Amino acid sequence: MSKKAEHNIKAYGNNFTTMTPGPFAIKLRTCKIWQFIRFIVINIKMLVVVRKSH
Amino acid sequence: MARLVVLGGGVSGHTAATFAAKWLGSAHEVVVVTPNSKWNWIPSNIWVGVGEMSKEEVTFDLAPVYAKAGINYKQAKALSINPEGSELLNKPFVTIEYTLAGREGMTENVEYDYLINATGPKLNFGATPGLGDANGLGEFTVSVCTADHAVHANEEFQKCIQKMKKGERQKFLIGTGHGLCTCQGAAFEYIFNIEHELNKAGVRDMADLKWISNESFLGDFGVGGLHMKSMGFAVSSKIFAESLFTERNVDWIIGAHVNKVEKGKVSYELLDGSMGEEEFDFSMLIPPFAGVGLKAYAKDGTDITATVFAPNGFMKVDANYSAGAYENWRASDWPKTYQNPTYGNMFACGIAFAPPHPISKPMSSPNGTPINPTPPRTGMPSGIIGKAVAHSICDRILQGENAPLHEASMAHMGAACVASAGKGIFDGTAAAMTIYPVVPDFEKYPGTGRDTDYTFGEIGLAGHWIKHILHHLFIWKAKLKAGWTLIPE
Ligand SMILES: Cc1cc2nc3c(=O)[nH]c(=O)nc-3n(C[C@H](O)[C@H](O)[C@H](O)COP(=O)(O)OP(=O)(O)OC[C@H]3O[C@@H](n4cnc5c(N)ncnc54)[C@H](O)[C@@H]3O)c2cc1C
Repeated sequence: MSKKAEHNIKAYGNNFTTMTPGPFAIKLRTCKIWQFIRFIVINIKMLVVVRKSH
Repeated sequence: MARLVVLGGGVSGHTAATFAAKWLGSAHEVVVVTPNSKWNWIPSNIWVGVGEMSKEEVTFDLAPVYAKAGINYKQAKALSINPEGSELLNKPFVTIEYTLAGREGMTENVEYDYLINATGPKLNFGATPGLGDANGLGEFTVSVCTADHAVHANEEFQKCIQKMKKGERQKFLIGTGHGLCTCQGAAFEYIFNIEHELNKAGVRDMADLKWISNESFLGDFGVGGLHMKSMGFAVSSKIFAESLFTERNVDWIIGAHVNKVEKGKVSYELLDGSMGEEEFDFSMLIPPFAGVGLKAYAKDGTDITATVFAPNGFMKVDANYSAGAYENWRASDWPKTYQNPTYGNMFACGIAFAPPHPISKPMSSPNGTPINPTPPRTGMPSGIIGKAVAHSICDRILQGENAPLHEASMAHMGAACVASAGKGIFDGTAAAMTIYPVVPDFEKYPGTGRDTDYTFGEIGLAGHWIKHILHHLFIWKAKLKAGWTLIPE
């Protein structure tokens, strides 16, 4: 799996001190089953925030 | 019969007017004065700006919707308010100028019992030389703030793609066009949509992308940044944003006041006082916002604009405008009822109300140039505030002048934001975020100022699906289709 994100880091450049996602984290972002679960979780969280805001 | 006049039919005004019409029924009158014939779901302009949606998909005609709701719609812009009436007219009134084809330029005085100012922002392109002038957007950069701007932005974007396909490298510069801009979130979303589309077109390797903004750190977003719960940590939005920029290979300049735009080049001053220049082939810079320039007159004709409006043109409401230095700011400075302190039958909602102060810490360069984001009032707070104000006014009309006012402080309110990249159901991703409360309350939530149980962010397809659903839901709601009142703001 690719570590492409790490390759964009430039030593002592703007982005030298940040964190980058590894291949597994990137894969999870487009894994349909995982994202379906997250879809439900995020929706619930957003609805709670909406409820607290009204 | 009482008459409520709503100035502005955008996110906030449309919400206020439609709920007021529903709650008041035909016994009272709701008038909307707004210059455009179409309603625009502004967040989706981002997709128009990269050619993924058409203008028609993000706009619809207001007239049939207002006819259905029993709202008296005047396609016009408000020029001034006479909150005490005039020597000729006893009741308070607004002077409007028609923009409706066939009646352009005609003026009318519209009397009111209650007034809501929801006129949103003036896109103040003229504040930065070269970014634009009093007539609007200039010729060197593009904008996605209106649907028409976004159509034009996409035309320029497609030209760049064609150039890259022919082997010509292109530089994209996206961000804020002045030291006192807000709405960083929109520019943030746009740069990642550009990046996504360049990948899709197979020309990403021919493009250099750079972010330029007035934030003192990446991920400030005009709310002083936020800490969100992630993997058991309270992670700063700085890390979140820097990580995303690095992953997508987007460089950044922050703490920048763009002070001049020329063909293919911006000049800027940084927070450390140094000056710089950045070249571009394509640039989308958000302009600073101001009030739309309404005037106010007393009964005898005296100009009382400074009493009713803050110097930035936004309407004064029940905020604490004398909080002073950052160290003295409190969550309680933020308005709750949005009632004008001088004229109790006048309210402001959405971007049109004058905030007490920024949310991000004010900063300036050693040369004295202020460089800090001004406070955002995004869609969810604008809608919630519009509804609360409508509720207050309806109660006063139906129950009497002493009915208590409803409250909707941004210090007790959250916001959900979804910044997408791409539009395809399976090939896009989005950063989905919630923030609670929008205005940090460091007394209630020491340290981060926010409740990290309700402040979170993550990147993935899920957020992207939510963005799609929100697009359709909000347009459904704004069109007052079946069940519209059940869809939250
Ligand atoms: C590109 C972009 C993307 C965005 N994306 C998001 C997002 O993803 N999520 C989010 O929550 N927020 C987003 N926002 C912010 C959101 O659009 C605003 O918060 C919201 O539109 C504010 O609502 P409003 O009613 O105060 O102003 P507006 O929606 O701007 O409405 C103001 C209305 O007043 C009218 N008007 C102007 N002058 C006059 C006058 N003199 N008399 C009468 N009427 C007048 C205008 O024509 C307009 O109809 C985005 C903003 C932009 C620019």
